Amino acid sequence: MSKKLSIIAMSGDFDKAIAIFTLASGAAAVGYEVNLFFTFWGLNIIKKNTGRSFIGKGLMARFFNFLLGGRKNLPLSRLNFAGASPHLMTAMMKSRNVATLPELLQASIDLKVNFFACEMAMVVLGLKKEDFIPQVKDVLGVAKFLELSNDGQTLFI
Amino acid sequence: MSTVKLDITKEHCPMTFVKTKIALERMAVGDVLEVLLTTGEPLDNVPKSATEQGYTVHSTTQISADVYQVTISK
Repeated sequence: MSKKLSIIAMSGDFDKAIAIFTLASGAAAVGYEVNLFFTFWGLNIIKKNTGRSFIGKGLMARFFNFLLGGRKNLPLSRLNFAGASPHLMTAMMKSRNVATLPELLQASIDLKVNFFACEMAMVVLGLKKEDFIPQVKDVLGVAKFLELSNDGQTLFI
Repeated sequence: MSTVKLDITKEHCPMTFVKTKIALERMAVGDVLEVLLTTGEPLDNVPKSATEQGYTVHSTTQISADVYQVTISK
């Protein structure tokens, strides 16, 4: 029987991104098919530009995307301290030999986790598929996601 | 046929079995992977998940008090 894990990645928080890629890489390593569906703030995790940049269609979208930033700007959901904490947390993870966010993301890519982006959230934020890392396979809506996640386990993070 | 060595004694979840799986994927059929791992979660899960995914676990040998070597072939 094939096993499947689908995760709706809505949060753009650093700690939740760690949870997403820990589960994704771990599940893929034990033979699960893994689907990650990035929506709203979760889209920041898969932006090609990892820092702040004025991307997107329209003035508002460009400001929003600049303020949100990319993977290097993800805030900690608690005790963020103006963005200092994710760096401190990464240093602690490294010193304790726990995989960091870039390592978990790379492991997920190596283990062929499927990345998808939410069409509706992309429209709101004025983003297009080319704004994301090339591993993003497709742009989907709810119906297609339900079809993909059918008969598996689904998590919302 | 070649033998690949992998030391995951310093790794933690999920990188213990993630690194094992990546190593196994990169090997050719017939190659052998010798994994050094610690007791607890890695020793419980690495041989089990390798077997579940159709790899062959040949041996589990105790190296020291809490380190084991697991030999897996593709």
